[in-house]
Amino acid sequence: MPALPLDDAGPYVAGAYLVFFALILTYVGIMARKLGKIERELIELNELAAKGERAAEAVRA
Amino acid sequence: MFGRGLTALSLFTALTLTTAFALVFFYAPNDADQGFIQKIFYVHVPMAIVALIGFVIGGWYGLKYLRKGDRADDLRSYVAIHLSLILGVGVLITGSIWAKAAWGHWWVWDEPTLVSFLIVFLLFACYQPLRFSIDDHERQARYAAVFAVVGGAFVPLNFMAVRLAESFVHPRLGTTGDSMPGSMRLTFLIAIIGMAALYATLWRYELASKNATFQLRALRRRLGGDEDSLPRRSAAPQVLS
Repeated sequence: MPALPLDDAGPYVAGAYLVFFALILTYVGIMARKLGKIERELIELNELAAKGERAAEAVRA
Repeated sequence: MFGRGLTALSLFTALTLTTAFALVFFYAPNDADQGFIQKIFYVHVPMAIVALIGFVIGGWYGLKYLRKGDRADDLRSYVAIHLSLILGVGVLITGSIWAKAAWGHWWVWDEPTLVSFLIVFLLFACYQPLRFSIDDHERQARYAAVFAVVGGAFVPLNFMAVRLAESFVHPRLGTTGDSMPGSMRLTFLIAIIGMAALYATLWRYELASKNATFQLRALRRRLGGDEDSLPRRSAAPQVLS
């Protein structure tokens, strides 16, 4: 097949590169959601540890 | 510690990929035969090469797990295959876009390169359902490692079989590379380095993320709030040791 002219080839090339960027961004988005979950769990654990410390202080007092 | 050196690796990846894409559109000439559409190859081929190598890396770590029993190797194998599957989706879509522009069809079933990649992709697409189907973590890791080793060994064999095939409809890098101008070759080389660096970065990133989850789970157990921290049934490895 003869080479496509630039006007016709452009959307195909742009489409291919957009697919690549979309894949990477989707992956980063999913990882960001997981990071948010880790952050929430850390906050929860921090509160749990603080509660334990307060209980220990109350016992000492 | 999986996250060590991740900042430097991320910066290297950003630099090489940006350079590669700048070279693709501002430096490398249009292909004399295919014209502008050949620019797709600078993202499609590096993705395909890195995805296939990723499957082999998954097999290598599967082998290491079988030999030493280190759960970190199971995790490394799982993440390597997971990332290769993501890149594999990109390879199939970008390849189809190129095929539509160059051949007028989204897919050609009698072309060995396309079909063989699809077979490898579908083979590894079974990896995660296999893991998910096994409840016991030890057995899951062992069976998955065997699968990864066999699949990983299949990749180079498949590659050689396709190279030996008669059809030359799909452009071959090794055979057409000799006539490739220096500017195209350099651009292609940097695109491959960038894609490999991206794979390595995301691999380390996901390993660090999973390790952080494991550490959190262990911490929750130590603090006594362990109702939700027990490993759930999942395709991903749930414990590191």
